[in-house]
Amino acid sequence: MHMIESGNVAAATGVKLARANVIAAYPITPQTPLTEKLSEFVAAGELAAEYIPVESEHSAMAVCIAASSAGARAFTATSANGLLYMNEQLHWAAGARLPIVMCVANRGIGAPWTVWNDHQDTISQRDGGWIQIYANDHQQIIDSVIKAFYLAQTVSIPVMVCYDGYILSHTYMPFEKPDQDQVDAFLPPFTPENMLDPDRPYNFNTVTLPDVRPDIHGQTAPGYMEIRHCLHQDMRGSIQVLEEIDKKFQAAFGRGGHPFVEPYKCEDADHVVVCMGSLSYHFRDVIDLLSQEGLKIGVMGVQLYRPFPEKAIVEALYQKKSIMVFEKALSYGNQGALYADIKSALYPCENRPEMKNFILGLGGREIKTSILVETVRNAVKHTAASDDHPMWVGLKCQE
Amino acid sequence: MKQKEFNFKDYIRNRYFPHIWCPGCGHGIVLGALLRAVHELGLEKNEIVVTSGIGCSSRISGYVDFHTLHTIHGRALAFATGVKLSKPSLKAIVPMGDGDALAIGGNHFIHAARRNIDITAIVMNNRIYGMTGGQFSPLSGSGKKATTAPYLTIDRAFDIVDLAKSAGATFVARSTVFHATESKDIIKKAITHKGFSVVEILTQCPTYYGRKNKEGDAIQMMEGFNTHTAKIGSKKLENNPNLIQRGIFVEDKTVPEYCEAYDQIIATAMKESL
Ligand SMILES: Cc1ncc(C[n+]2csc(CCOP(=O)(O)OP(=O)(O)O)c2C)c(N)n1
Ligand code: SF4
Ligand SMILES: [Mg+2]
Repeated sequence: MHMIESGNVAAATGVKLARANVIAAYPITPQTPLTEKLSEFVAAGELAAEYIPVESEHSAMAVCIAASSAGARAFTATSANGLLYMNEQLHWAAGARLPIVMCVANRGIGAPWTVWNDHQDTISQRDGGWIQIYANDHQQIIDSVIKAFYLAQTVSIPVMVCYDGYILSHTYMPFEKPDQDQVDAFLPPFTPENMLDPDRPYNFNTVTLPDVRPDIHGQTAPGYMEIRHCLHQDMRGSIQVLEEIDKKFQAAFGRGGHPFVEPYKCEDADHVVVCMGSLSYHFRDVIDLLSQEGLKIGVMGVQLYRPFPEKAIVEALYQKKSIMVFEKALSYGNQGALYADIKSALYPCENRPEMKNFILGLGGREIKTSILVETVRNAVKHTAASDDHPMWVGLKCQE
Repeated sequence: MKQKEFNFKDYIRNRYFPHIWCPGCGHGIVLGALLRAVHELGLEKNEIVVTSGIGCSSRISGYVDFHTLHTIHGRALAFATGVKLSKPSLKAIVPMGDGDALAIGGNHFIHAARRNIDITAIVMNNRIYGMTGGQFSPLSGSGKKATTAPYLTIDRAFDIVDLAKSAGATFVARSTVFHATESKDIIKKAITHKGFSVVEILTQCPTYYGRKNKEGDAIQMMEGFNTHTAKIGSKKLENNPNLIQRGIFVEDKTVPEYCEAYDQIIATAMKESL
């Protein structure tokens, strides 16, 4: 069915189609309309789930952890400071290997307060053991949510589906809503091997020692380090799992085929712009304009950010003359996180492309197509290697 | 010396106006009562630190021309505790929403009360999360509509007065925005009281709570605060004990104030180490 709705409703519709069993959330702009929609679905009997309106985000994630441990498909959503307030529970969910799915409507972080979009909230959570997927439009939001439940339960790792606050969360766009029976056929039921069950008592996540030790049956049980190694291995393995899920999704729904990165006019381009989220679609206009001027240039949106799909990234970029990474977040005192990741992925290549890093759009600062055109045009002209300090696009009162 | 006449412009930051509140929002009346209380107490603007969290109510810290801290959601009392401990001579006032105070900030609220630190918490109770669009709060009570409860809530509400009392607050009172002068007088007493003071002020959010629960416009909601409440000790209450009670419920001067108790510990420790 064709729908014209907001990005938040696209996300809520995906959650409903995936038949989440437990939803817990605390309101925060710009995520709020998503969970309000879900509470409407639940109250109207359209979604057979428990909706638990908790008193904070920390509790929202705690509820998801409990529900997921008991074998429920659990979902929550948040933004900015709400995500940060969850921090302790986020690490717990990943360490406990619970396939929770969470949407984050990306928003800048206080202080100073802002309600507008950038990516600092989720980027600052990249090392916690969650899979991170960035959607570029409403269709990708709804599709990613459905795939996220599949991926999470297959690899037992929680998944964050990130999309730009306001730019996607509150704007209306047409998208295809998959049929319920098609989604039911696509998404296998969640039947975890180990779950809280009074008939089969288990110990979960007890204290581990620095070293391995025998369990009550005398068998060597892994220590903290083995358990963490396992998380890392499975996280790496989830790249291939996502590829397979995406193939199945494409066969069922006719959409997909680029689970890791989404290139536009990159094939015979000399220069490639790399970014995440809605900006990568915005950049297509820029690329079209610059192509008309005769530049051989493309843009590539990175959709899977953690685990980092460096193989796909290297394949797409290693033969290029220059790479320009545009980011709505940075690792303060260093560089943009995506830039640093791409640079390290390209390190083993011969004839590495030149790389430049740009920071823009923080706290909702308007990103004008004309400024992007000018920035890229200049960057391509000045081929000198970047000194690794990111350049700031659109700063107004610079000292 | 006769006091200068009250002019709210002496106490606000003009550059922050017009304010963000909806027409008919009750929060402005609380702001007015607070400013009048400060004026009548003859406090210097520099003596006051207003700390707030996040919410429509918490916006007050931007509007008043005192020392102010606009902090994070639910944590205003923690910030105020820090300020007060480092400079006990300051008057710490914390305007808070019902969600800010008792949902995400519920833990700070009970522990501030337990410590009896000299802070005045003004809970602007509109029984809803106004700022984020009308989700129910721990003060909505059951049988209410909210964006997160399209078919009525089932959770019971806290009674802020009872909660504050049992958590150990040494000044506990309630009024409403219909009773603006009474609110002002209570706030004056609360600020003067040495210890943790909780003033609950019932206020209206016509935009969400009012609309969703068909309570009419701002005026009708305010009239409701008059009809549904009664002063403690009044005939009205005697005739109808089910009404919501207004007035001062606790004013206990016997419990040591936290900063003073802290100073005493320091004094004792210094003596022992001599
Ligand atoms: C950690 C965090 N979670 C959520 C929010 C979003 N938020 C802002 S105000 C608010 C609720 C405000 O309700 P209340 O305290 O009752 O104040 P009112 O707006 O009703 O005056 C919420 C949930 C936030 N700012 N920070
Ligand atoms: S939403 Fe409600 S609480 Fe917020 S300003 Fe409007 S009326 Fe007041
Ligand atoms: Mg409120």
